[in-house]
Formats: sequence, C-alpha cells, structure tokens
Amino acid sequence: MTYEFLVASAIGVLVAGGIFLSLRARTFQVVLGLTLLSYAVNLFLFASGRLVLGRPPIWDKAVSEYTDPLPQALVLTAIVITFGMTAFVVILALRSFLETGSDHVDGDTVPCDSQDGTADQAQKADAP
Amino acid sequence: MTLADHLPILPIAIPALAAPCALLVMRRRRGLAIGVSFASCVAMLGVALTLLVLAGDNTITVYALGEWPAPFGIVLVADRLAAMMLVLAATLALITLLHAVITHADRKGWHFHPLFQFQLMGLNGAFLTGDLFNLFVFFEVLLIASYGLMLHGQGSARLKAGVQYVIVNLVGSSVFLIALGLLYALTGTLNMADMGLRVAAVAPADQGLLRIAALLLVSVFALKAAVAPLHLWLARTYAVSTPAVAALFAIMTKVGVYALIRVVPQVFGDSAGAAAWVPAPYLFPAAMVSAVIGFAGVFVARNLSEQAAYAVIGSTGTLLIAVAGWTPDSLGAALYYLVHSTLAAAALFLVADVAARRRGAFAGNASPGPAFAGRSMVGLMFMAAAIATTGLPPLSGFIGKLLILKSVAALPDWGWAWGVILSTTLIGVIGFARTGSAVFWKRADEADPAKPAATRADWAAPVIALALLAMLSAGAGWASAYANAAAAQVLDPAQSARAVLAEGAQ
Repeated sequence: MTYEFLVASAIGVLVAGGIFLSLRARTFQVVLGLTLLSYAVNLFLFASGRLVLGRPPIWDKAVSEYTDPLPQALVLTAIVITFGMTAFVVILALRSFLETGSDHVDGDTVPCDSQDGTADQAQKADAP
Repeated sequence: MTLADHLPILPIAIPALAAPCALLVMRRRRGLAIGVSFASCVAMLGVALTLLVLAGDNTITVYALGEWPAPFGIVLVADRLAAMMLVLAATLALITLLHAVITHADRKGWHFHPLFQFQLMGLNGAFLTGDLFNLFVFFEVLLIASYGLMLHGQGSARLKAGVQYVIVNLVGSSVFLIALGLLYALTGTLNMADMGLRVAAVAPADQGLLRIAALLLVSVFALKAAVAPLHLWLARTYAVSTPAVAALFAIMTKVGVYALIRVVPQVFGDSAGAAAWVPAPYLFPAAMVSAVIGFAGVFVARNLSEQAAYAVIGSTGTLLIAVAGWTPDSLGAALYYLVHSTLAAAALFLVADVAARRRGAFAGNASPGPAFAGRSMVGLMFMAAAIATTGLPPLSGFIGKLLILKSVAALPDWGWAWGVILSTTLIGVIGFARTGSAVFWKRADEADPAKPAATRADWAAPVIALALLAMLSAGAGWASAYANAAAAQVLDPAQSARAVLAEGAQ
C-alpha cells in the first residue's frame, strides 16, 4: 500500500509541477515543465501494468506471478520519443530567442522584464 | 506470402525508404531527390488505389507485423476508411510536392524532401494502424516531421509560431500517453478491436476511470482536429508556414477527425458502459462553435493565408457537426465532406501563394495592390477555391454540405446544425468576396508595379486541386456511395473485430 502511495504521490507532484511550469511565460520554464510532465507520464505508464515487487517480467509456466512486461516496452518508447522532442524544443526555443530577441512563449518582443533588468543591475552593482 | 499480401505495409515502408534516400542525395543532386520524392508519392498513390479497390467489396485486409498474432502483436488494418484516407493523403502529397518543386519552396532548406516523406509515413501509419499505442507513435512521427516542415524556410514569424505549435503538441502527447496508460490498466490490451470487446468487462468500480480515459483520448484527438476551444494553435501556425506545407497540413486536422471516427465507434461504442459514445454531448456544440469561429475568422482575416487557415477550422467544424451525429448517414456525409474539405483547403492555400508571389511586397495582404499579369485568371482560381470552401454549387462543397444538411435533419438538434451551417456559409461567402475583390479587382495606383513571376507554371498545382474537386463533384454518386459504405463499416465494429482477431487465431 505504501509503495502505491509513494508512486502515486510522486506522479502527482511531478504533474503539478509540470502543469505549473508549462503555464509560465518563458520558454525555458515551459521546457522544464514539459520535462517534468513527461517524467510523470512515464512513471504513470510504468504503473499501468500494476506495481509488482520482485517478480520476473517474463511469463513462464514455473512462475505463478509476474510483472507485466508490456508497460516497460511502452515506457521505453515514450522515453525515447519525449527525449527527442525535448531536445528539439530546447533547440527551437534557443533559436527563437536568438532570432526574435524574446524568450516569451507568445513571442512578444519585450527585450527583458523589469524584474530581470533590476536583477542584472544588481549583479553589476555587486560586481565591482 | 506473396507481394500482394504485403500491400498494407507498403504505404509506410515506401516513404520510410524514400526519406533517407532523398536525404543522402539532397545536397548534391537536388534533381535526384525530387525524383525520389515524386516516385515515392506516385508509388504510394498506386498502392493506396489498389487497397481502395481491394477494400471495395467490404473485405478488411489485416496485416500482422512480424506475424505476431493480433491481440499481442501490432496489426495494420486496411478497410474502406483507411484506404480512402491513404488515397487522399497520397493525392494531396503529389499536388503539394508539385507546387513546392515548381515554386522552389523546397530549396529554402536542405531537408524538405526527407521531412515531407517522413510526414507521409506518419500520416499513412496513423491511417493504417489497428493499435492504439502504435497510433501514438505514428502521431509522433507525423508531428516531428511537421515541426521540421512548419519551420521550413525559417524566419522569426515561423519560429515564434513554431514554439507554440511544438509546445501545444507536446502537452497533447503527454495527455495521449496518460489516456493510453489508463486504458491499458483497465483493459489489459492496446489493440483497438480487442479493447472494443474488453471495455464491456471493465469493473463497475472502474467506470469512472474508463470515462476519464475516454475523455482524455477524445480531447487529444480534438486538439489535433483543432476543435474549439482547442483551435487556438492552428491559425497562426498554418498562416506562417510555407504555403505548400500549409496545403499538406490541410490533412493534419483531418487526422484528428479520422482518429475520432476510428476509435469512438470501435472502442467506446454501445457496450463501453460509462464511456459509451463519450464525446457525444460535447462534440456537437464544440463543432458548431468551431464552425462559427472559423468562418468568422474567414470574415475578418486580413491576409489570404490567414483566411485559408481559418477556413480549415471552419470546415473541420462543419465536418464534425456531421460526425457528432454518429449515424451511418451523417458519418457517410462527413466522410465525403472530409475528402472535399481537405482538397479545398489545400487549393485555397496554393491559390493564396500564387497570388502572393505576384504581388511583391503586398504578398497575401487583403488590400488593393499592384496589378499583375494573369490577375483575372488567378482571381478566377481564387473564386473557384472560395466557392469550394464555402460550399456553393457547382463544386463538391455544395454536395458535401447538402449531404450533411440532409443527414443531420434526422437528428434531434437539427435546427441548430442547419442554422450554424447555413449562416457560416453566408459569412464565409461575404468574407471571401471581400478579400477577393480587394486583391483581384481593386488596384492601388501609387503602388509600385510588382515584378511578376514570369512563368505560369505555378498555376498547375492549384488547377489540379480544383480539377479534382470538380471530379469529386461529377463523381459524387460513386464517392458518396463509397463514403456511406465506409461509414457503415466503421459503425459495425464487430466486423473489424472478427477480421482482426481471426487473423490472430490462425
């Protein structure tokens, strides 16, 4: 029971963080959010074959209980796809930032936020 | 096995082989890459037509990949609907490829032809597969190719829209996977036909989960189909894409519609308990809102390609109004309209490009610009495309809308459907008339005379698309009979379950 609770709450926390970050305005945060979301999805897919402890993932006549191997194959596929997609969206976000001068998801050309500006100035003030 | 037995895998294998070949020769020998690309599309069209003929007597060809029997291995299912979509995809691919080559759009980047082939591989795979997880994989294949194609030609406008498009679809993919995980946990299978049989046995305590899974899956398909309120990504993405690519993307929203038509009757049919016909209460109003939003967008658009993009949303909405009835008649009408609206949207994007290429700095803006050579002819093509899109006679849009109106008249909410379809037609007609008269009739004398593209070769692709629409209209009897038979086949999931699972029993 505790094992199920642990996995379920981990998925829940990851999804919550993923959704929160995906709704941010900056591409970097959105990319992180999508990554968290994909971790959550992978864990969820893995758990969709039920959580079984210490059993082989192969059906055999000698074994009475086994872990469903199919979700593991599904997770593997999903990991590969999301990894490729994440790499792509990182490059795309970077390229978009370099060409448009804005890292906002909606593409507004705000050179930098007032918040960042003050942070930069604060750093400059600290530097010397 | 003879070669004929391997027919269903060919629409996936041909582009999968053609793409790397095109990639290898693209840099040095562009002519060869174009040749590979065209040969692949022609071969796909040939295979698709053969499958169409084979499916014509209601047989369902089932192809077990690696000879793994059906519920355990992945199967490809070539029935009437799949064959129809394959023919549509291959035809559209040939038209858009022709336009891309003639207008040199494929020279704006190195990888147009390989990406184009991968896009087709994803589309064909999505149309053929009989396995839900495999459907997800092919969705990803077509999406990642579409990211590349959408960004083809670069430019900051494309990058901005591209970031949104990619992020929206990544979230969609996550939701798709969650739905698949739930469905697998509940039914223990991913084969659509098998799942359709097993949903009836889901425990009463799990009915809520089943309903959630079904709704999540349907919302992913609705996102791909750009149904309101999930349509916001489409207009900007399509409007800034390279026109030949946007014309190919006309079929991308139809993939979402196809997935709905395929999965809902098969898996969430009458026996699915809490998930039986799960999108029914939501799809109809959402479709009507999309139709209104789409044609309102057509009305207010200030750019020809933006207008075409909104026309895609509007026609998908009209299409889904018919789909939401889930009766053989309405689904048959929807399938006829699906073929028509894909070709019409493609024609609209291509004509917009032909006009924009001749207008210099004015491009596709719906404002009076310089006169250009062949203005009346391009104007006529625009008028034909607009007539097709809005559904005026004599082109196939009229027949499609007539069939839809006739079939939904039997439904309880037919008044709403008629009102929305007829009023959006009017709004669309006014919108197209407005942009058409601004672009093709009025002239801004102070504007510099644009240097026209000297050749008329780029008329070819839109003219072919319009000719196909005329043929669809002339052959409407045959086409709608085929569509009705396809709809009847889709709404009889037991038939395809028998075919798929019998293959496994051998």
